[in-house]
Amino acid sequence: MKKLILTTVFILGGFSIQAQEKLNKNAKYEIEVNGNCDMCQGRIQKAAFSVQGVKSANWSPDTHKLNLILNEEKANLLEVKKAVAKAGYDTDEVKATNENYDKLPGCCQYERK
Amino acid sequence: MQKQISILLLLFFCSYTSFSQDTLKEIKVQNSSKSLQKSLKLTANTTLLSSKELLKAACCNLAESFETNPSIDVNFSDALTGTKQIKMLGLTSPYLMITEENIPSVRGASQAYGLSFTPGTWVESIQITKGAGSVVNGYESVSGQINTELIKPDKDIPFFVNAYGSSDSRFELNTHFNKKISDEWSSSLFVHGSTRIAKNDMNNDGFLDNPLGKQINILNRWQYKNAQKGWVSFVNFRYLNDKKQSGQLEFVPNRDRLTTNFWGSEINTERADVSTKLGYVFPDMPFQSIGFQNAFNSHDQESYFGLNRYNIKQKSYYSNLIFNSIIDNTMNKFSTGINFSYDKYEEFVNLFDHSRTDNSIGAFFEYTYDNTNNFSIIIGGRFDNHNRIGTFFTPRLHVRYNPWEKGVFRLSAGRGIRSANIFAENQQLFGSSRNFEILNTNGKIYGLNPEIAWNYGLSFSQKFLLFNKNGDFGFDFYKTDFQNQVVVDLYQGPQQVIFYNLNGKSFANSLQIEFNYELAKHFNLRTAYKYYDIQTDYQYFTQERPLQAKHRFFGNLEYQTHLFDDGKQWKFDFTINWIGIQRLPNTISNSGIDSMPDYSPSFSVMNMQISRIFSSIFEIYLGGENIGNYKQEKAILGSNDPFSTAFDTSIIYAPIFGQMYYAGLRFKIK
Repeated sequence: MKKLILTTVFILGGFSIQAQEKLNKNAKYEIEVNGNCDMCQGRIQKAAFSVQGVKSANWSPDTHKLNLILNEEKANLLEVKKAVAKAGYDTDEVKATNENYDKLPGCCQYERK
Repeated sequence: MQKQISILLLLFFCSYTSFSQDTLKEIKVQNSSKSLQKSLKLTANTTLLSSKELLKAACCNLAESFETNPSIDVNFSDALTGTKQIKMLGLTSPYLMITEENIPSVRGASQAYGLSFTPGTWVESIQITKGAGSVVNGYESVSGQINTELIKPDKDIPFFVNAYGSSDSRFELNTHFNKKISDEWSSSLFVHGSTRIAKNDMNNDGFLDNPLGKQINILNRWQYKNAQKGWVSFVNFRYLNDKKQSGQLEFVPNRDRLTTNFWGSEINTERADVSTKLGYVFPDMPFQSIGFQNAFNSHDQESYFGLNRYNIKQKSYYSNLIFNSIIDNTMNKFSTGINFSYDKYEEFVNLFDHSRTDNSIGAFFEYTYDNTNNFSIIIGGRFDNHNRIGTFFTPRLHVRYNPWEKGVFRLSAGRGIRSANIFAENQQLFGSSRNFEILNTNGKIYGLNPEIAWNYGLSFSQKFLLFNKNGDFGFDFYKTDFQNQVVVDLYQGPQQVIFYNLNGKSFANSLQIEFNYELAKHFNLRTAYKYYDIQTDYQYFTQERPLQAKHRFFGNLEYQTHLFDDGKQWKFDFTINWIGIQRLPNTISNSGIDSMPDYSPSFSVMNMQISRIFSSIFEIYLGGENIGNYKQEKAILGSNDPFSTAFDTSIIYAPIFGQMYYAGLRFKIK
């Protein structure tokens, strides 16, 4: 019981400190990622999260936009784009290799630009 | 875009459901055009009913809004209270956690009639979660949670009116007003009035089939929303006055009250609620938020049933502080916080004083892992200290796995604990000659111990496309095991009801198999078969729970014409419920006409409704309930001599009124 309260207090405290720090710990970006289905959504987000420092990643199957919140002290946007491309998805800056594109499951074989 | 995200997050914050962490998905669900939604991505087994679903039936109040949904069984209202009781996984509503915008609403003194105190038109959506549920709202839920979201002032329309009338002489008028005061402030005023004015006795037993009644129910809510700064707040004021009269046709309250001239009953309830909500989403961290809820209510029921008097007053205060955030990234979320609740009861059963004060304080932590693809898990736990129950730990677990496309497995397990309000929850038994006996004296709640139960569940659902039409099928199996239960024993004779702590085993197993298919464009079929095996070790033998069918079948057909630009549309809805035989309480020692067999017959009840939408501002609807006109043969035992030992109004296994037709209209100014 005591332990739980302590942890709770600790976490609460930890986050309020973090909240007061500078914006670049929570930098927001929106990038275009080519994909087509709900299954792509999971794969794209998973790839983005594989980069340390990515706090939030939401890809919309409708707009093809990936919304990111990342801690710039730990990660930069290019790393995320590389990770997403490695999973087989073209970003505005970094394109997937043909090899990685071909590895995509059938329903995820989006039309390449 | 940034702004859009924060608005979206704000929206989900203010409507954050029992699974506060899953809510982003739920918002998407609400926008979808389907009236009943089962997500493949939510971790818990949650069904979302939108306000569209509520339009499929007469739906005068919350208790009646589950008729088209197989997850919840709606019992038939008894002649005395006219209130429909609900069951989930075969357990009655005291074992459910019923919340309104995540504040526990139907509990304690309001347990019997609470669901009839929320008019259907106020409701924006309902989330039904089967199984253990989240730890965020409390420790009491055993078999599931039902959360109701009311219409939010900032999304409300300026004016709405709904009028309703039915052949059982019930009339309702619901009026909503809304005003946007500034960019940040908006306010809604909901006024509900309903009445039943004429006495009905379709089965000629000399008793009203449903109570005469009057209800005034007023809600004024204020919403503050500042998306840029991340603040949202609600303040609600609510007042309810509900009066019911039932009993013999000749009964006149002022003349016959508490005499043996004629048998009659009055139940008068007055209730006032004030609740506030304050939410803050960190503007540059939309995944992090703080919520603070407070609710105060005063509930006062004064009633008598023949010569039995029952009065209960409850003053309660509930407070919940919750903090949501992430660990590293949004794949790892958590919620943590504290709750406090205080309940002061003044309860009198005839001359016996059962007044008491209860309070509890607790802290919870809930962690959610979601791999953003095919797996998620919610692990929650809470410590509480309750002045009667002591200090205890409540664990809950939910797991979701999508093994292949459009398929989902779910697992859940958890513990619930609650103190049974035996009189409030069983007050329909006051309408009988039964003596109330409590066998135990050592416990702290009416001499009884708290009820403790474990619930485990497994479910599977698969969506499919067949002949280019959507469908889904699935099953779920739940098991509730009581470690302790307050047994309500109606098997020892028709003149008594005996309450005691469980000694032995008590369990409730439920299996539901569902099949839903789009038969043609705009033409949908829903079917479900439900199997319940509910058994309790009573004092002298093991028996199934009374008034519970082992087998039930549910079917619903829905057809809508294509919605053209002029807004004109027809909607047709048909529901059938087949209910198998039910074990009845023991009445064998009564004389022939006043005794019932061991089991009720099986029967079906059919409802239908036709809606005509003339435009986006005006529509009318017409419907029938129980159009097959099935009636319980004998609804009131001892109706010839209501002050005799055989008298009992509580054994209701089927409709008593027979067929009922209704019509209504809705008018909106947008």
